This record gives sequence, structure tokens and C-alpha cells, in this order.
Amino acid sequence: MITMTKVQAKTPQKLKTQSRSQASDERTAWIMAAPAFLGLLLFIAAPFIIAIFFAFTNYRLGSPLPLDFVAFQQFVRIFSDEAFQQALVNNSLFALFIVPLQCAIALGLALLINRPLKGMVLFRTLFFMPVIFPMALVAIVWELIYAPGANGILNAFLSTVTLGYWQPLDFLHHPDLALPAIMILSLWQGVGFQMIIMLAGLQSIPQTFYEAAAIDGANRWQQLIHITLPQMKNTIIFVALVTSILAFRLFDQIWILTQGGPNRATTTIIFETVRAVFKRQDVARGSAMSVVFFLVVLAVTLLQRRISRQEREIR
Amino acid sequence: MNQIKSYHISSRPKATIKLGLPISALICYLSLSLMALFYIAPIVYMVVSSLKPDSRVLTDGGSILAFIPVEGSLRNFQDVFRRVSFGRVMFNSMFITGMIMVCGLVVNALAGYALARLQWRGREVVLTFILALMIIPFETIAVPLFYQVSIIGWRDSYHVQIIPFIADAFSIYLFYSFFIGMPRELEEAARIDGAGPWRTLLYIIVPLARPVFATVAILTFLMRWGSYLWPLMVTTGETYRPLPVAMAAFENQVKLWGDIMAFGVMMVAPILIVFLLFQGWFVKGVAASGTGQKQ
Repeated sequence: MITMTKVQAKTPQKLKTQSRSQASDERTAWIMAAPAFLGLLLFIAAPFIIAIFFAFTNYRLGSPLPLDFVAFQQFVRIFSDEAFQQALVNNSLFALFIVPLQCAIALGLALLINRPLKGMVLFRTLFFMPVIFPMALVAIVWELIYAPGANGILNAFLSTVTLGYWQPLDFLHHPDLALPAIMILSLWQGVGFQMIIMLAGLQSIPQTFYEAAAIDGANRWQQLIHITLPQMKNTIIFVALVTSILAFRLFDQIWILTQGGPNRATTTIIFETVRAVFKRQDVARGSAMSVVFFLVVLAVTLLQRRISRQEREIR
Repeated sequence: MNQIKSYHISSRPKATIKLGLPISALICYLSLSLMALFYIAPIVYMVVSSLKPDSRVLTDGGSILAFIPVEGSLRNFQDVFRRVSFGRVMFNSMFITGMIMVCGLVVNALAGYALARLQWRGREVVLTFILALMIIPFETIAVPLFYQVSIIGWRDSYHVQIIPFIADAFSIYLFYSFFIGMPRELEEAARIDGAGPWRTLLYIIVPLARPVFATVAILTFLMRWGSYLWPLMVTTGETYRPLPVAMAAFENQVKLWGDIMAFGVMMVAPILIVFLLFQGWFVKGVAASGTGQKQ
């Protein structure tokens, strides 16, 4: 684009009109960009800087203490806080299980749905449907599904499948099952989104690759390993990135269903952040946690960029 | 074997499906159907429970009756309307999401166009700034933003739920990459004919850019419609509460599963209809969010 104007500018006649329209363009461009630019500045950039600023202070809403710089004290404090440590562990566990699982299921579903068979649009619509369900609704419906006792629908189902061997459990209040229970309902809600992105990736693979492979006698399985998966690498990395960030953002389900319990088994970074601000008015502490959260997201993103860049270099 | 191959190779779905389906297709249908069951069961359970007297909801969970609307009635739905001003809450959600979508489309499209098509000093800097902001998730800024809006007295209102979300870096990026990929000839013809950038944008670009407007609208909707954290932080009463917060509050308050599920059904029904009518657009929008960011 820039080179284009340079070429035009060489002809003297065009130079005048160009510069005149450029001056008015300049003003128009600023007017056009201003609302968005101001919005981003005020509601994203400013709070971001404020978060970093507060993270190094002792600021508390309504506190009589004067605002004071405390250097890294907030960070030292949150990292020695057992609840926050557990939150980091829980988020990591959540990511560790949900990222491979959700990517695999999304890819699997996309591969199945991508086949030229009848009724695939129906399946696609069905799997995508929960994406439009607010998480609050999904959480509450699954709370009913996880109902404790023999009359809880999941308990009853598991009891039928195991021919009565299953002992009814209280999933959401069981220290070892609460987090997996949250994982399953999150998966149910989110997998459709990833499936669509995978599907788009599959459909962008040139059909000729498969034709050539078929001529060479490659069977279905070989085509999957040697064409589909390598071609899908960047899409899979992208989906893995999005899912890991979602795993670290985990909040709605926790707030509604478990409040971090039982015994901190489901507490998360964002849950602890909101609690610090809501229950203790501790803006500084909440800001320090937000900064840690951001650094995690940044690390995941940079890792993903690095992996996909290496991929490109190899090719 | 031959037949299986032909399925995979052909790009057209016309590949003859005769009565005897190949085994691989059967396996495909079987696994999809199993998965479909996992997806459909919670939805059916929700709808059926919403029709039942509350006492039945929990006791029927133990048997297949869970999926059969015994003693079905619409009483739970009437109950919801009696207990909360459901219409108000639904309006809140629609108004907030709708305003963000409409204002966001205008504001972000303008910025995307200025960045993609006009020459101005500062363009590169602003573009870099916007791309850098894309990485900041909302959760990072929720606390200081809450502090900011508390100071200016914006809490518990519509605008506190709308204005901060209008300008969106990712939407600008989507517009920007779409506009920059459009052929320049049409615009140049219009500019030579004396049309300014505003007219060019309105009469030449916008009609050609419908897909990106649809994508941004749908992604904004998906992001905002279910949002919970922010409205939870800034709303205090029912007046400005959107659906998700209202539903969680309703659950805490009534503890009647029949009513709660009726609330859920009413909350999702209108959007479900819109989704089923335009599901192709939804799919395209989400697909674009993936391919858009990959570059």
C-alpha cells in the first residue's frame, strides 16, 4: 500500500491532488479512528496500567491508610497465600486435562462431520448449540444433573450402567470430583466452538493433496497421519492456545457452583481475584493477582507464537 | 475399500449413498449419535424439568421419567413471572448486547477502514497499539476498571455495561484485515468521481463488506450475551441486571428446580430460534475468528 502511493507521487501532476486529498484524508482518518482509539485507551490501556500501578501499592477501597508503595510485597504475599497457590495448581490442572481433551474431541468431531454424508449439518448444529448458552445457565443445568443421591440423574445413570455397583456421590462437593465435574460441563459448553475452527481448518486443506495420496495408494489412516495432521498443525496450536487461555480465565462456573470449594479444590486465579476485591475491598491484592494472570496468558501466547513460527521456518 | 476411498477423495457429497452404507460410515454415524446423546440429554432434561411440578424434578431424576414430562404444565413459567420481573431482565440483556453490537459495528468498522485505507501520520503506531491490546484478556483489567467506574459513579447502570465494550481490538483487526484484502479499483473510481472517504465507505465498502459485519456482530454477541463477571461486579439490584446474573440470583433465592429450569428455558429460547435461523452465519463467524487470528 505504501509503495503504491510512492509510485503515484513520482508523477508531478498527481502530486498536487495527492497531497491535497492526503491532508483532508489525514483529518478524516483521525475522526474515524478516534472513537475506537479513545475507547481502547480509556477502557483497556488505562485500566491495564492502573492494574500494574496498584499491584505495587497497598491500596484498599475505603481504607484509612495512605496510599503507599510497597514494591513486590503484594506479590510475595499472594504467592505465599495457600489459597492462591492452590488456585494456580487448579488452573494448571484444568488446562492440563481440558486442552488435550477438548482439542482431541473438537478435531475428532470435525473429522467426522467433514465427511460427505447426509445429516452432518444437523450434528454440527447440535454440537455448536451450547456455545450460545450462557455459562451461568449451563452451570445451573449441570448442577441439577450432578444432584447428589440416588435420584440425581447422573448418579442414576452411572448406577444403571454399572448394574447397581455405583454408589451415589455428591460430585460438586467431593474434593476429588468437583474439578473434573467442572471440566465436563465446561467441555460440554465449549467444544462446539473449537470444532467449528477445526472444521474450517480441515476444509482449507487442498483436496488435491488427498487425490495425489490416493493415487499413491495411501489409505485413509495414512492420509490422516501424513496429510491432515501436518496441515492442521497451526489450527491445532491455535485452538490449544485459545483453550489454555480459557482454562486460566475459569470463573463463572466456580462462582455459581462451588465458590472455590470444597476445601479450595476448585478455587481459581480469577475467583481469588474477585474475592480479594469483593470480600476484602483489597484492590492492590486483586491487581497483583490480575498481573500474575496476565503474565500467565502472555507466556502461553508467546509459547504458541514461537511454536507456530518454528513450524513455518521448517517449511 | 474402493468405495471408502471414493468417499474421501470426492469433494462433492454426491458420492452415491446406497442402502448398504459402508462400515466406516456406520461407525461415523454411531459415534456422532453417541456424542449427540451427550449433547441432547441435558437440554431435554432442562426442558422437561421446566414443565414438571417442582417436587417431581428431583425424584424423577432416578429413572427414565426424567425425560418424560409427567404432570406437565406451564405453572413454573407463570411462577417465574410472579417472582421476578423476567421481562425487564430479558430487556436488559437484549438492550445491553444490542447496543454493544450496533455501536461496536460502527466504531470498529470506522477504525478498521481508517487503518486499512487512509494515509495518515500515526497509522502504524495506532495499528501496533491495537494489535498489542488484543492480548489483554478482560479479566486482567476487571479490577481496575471496576475501580475506575466506581470513582466516576457509573455503577449499576446500563452505560457501565455498554460503553467500555464498544471499542474492541479484535473487531477492529477483523475489519482491518477484511478491508485491506478488498480490491482498490472500485474505491479509486469513486474517489476520482469526487466521493470523499465517508461516501466511499458508506456506498462502496459497506455493501461489499457484509460478511465481515456479520462475523463481528456474531462474535460480539457470543462474547457479550453470556458475560457474567462484569455485570456481577457492577450491578447491585434487579433493575440493570442481565439474564445470567439474574438467573444465578434466582437460583439462590428460590431453590425450586422446576422454576429455575423454566427461567433457563425462557432465557435461551429466543436466542435459540435466532441461532437456528441463522446458524450458517454463526458457523462462518466463528470459523473466521480462527482463520482471522492465525495470520
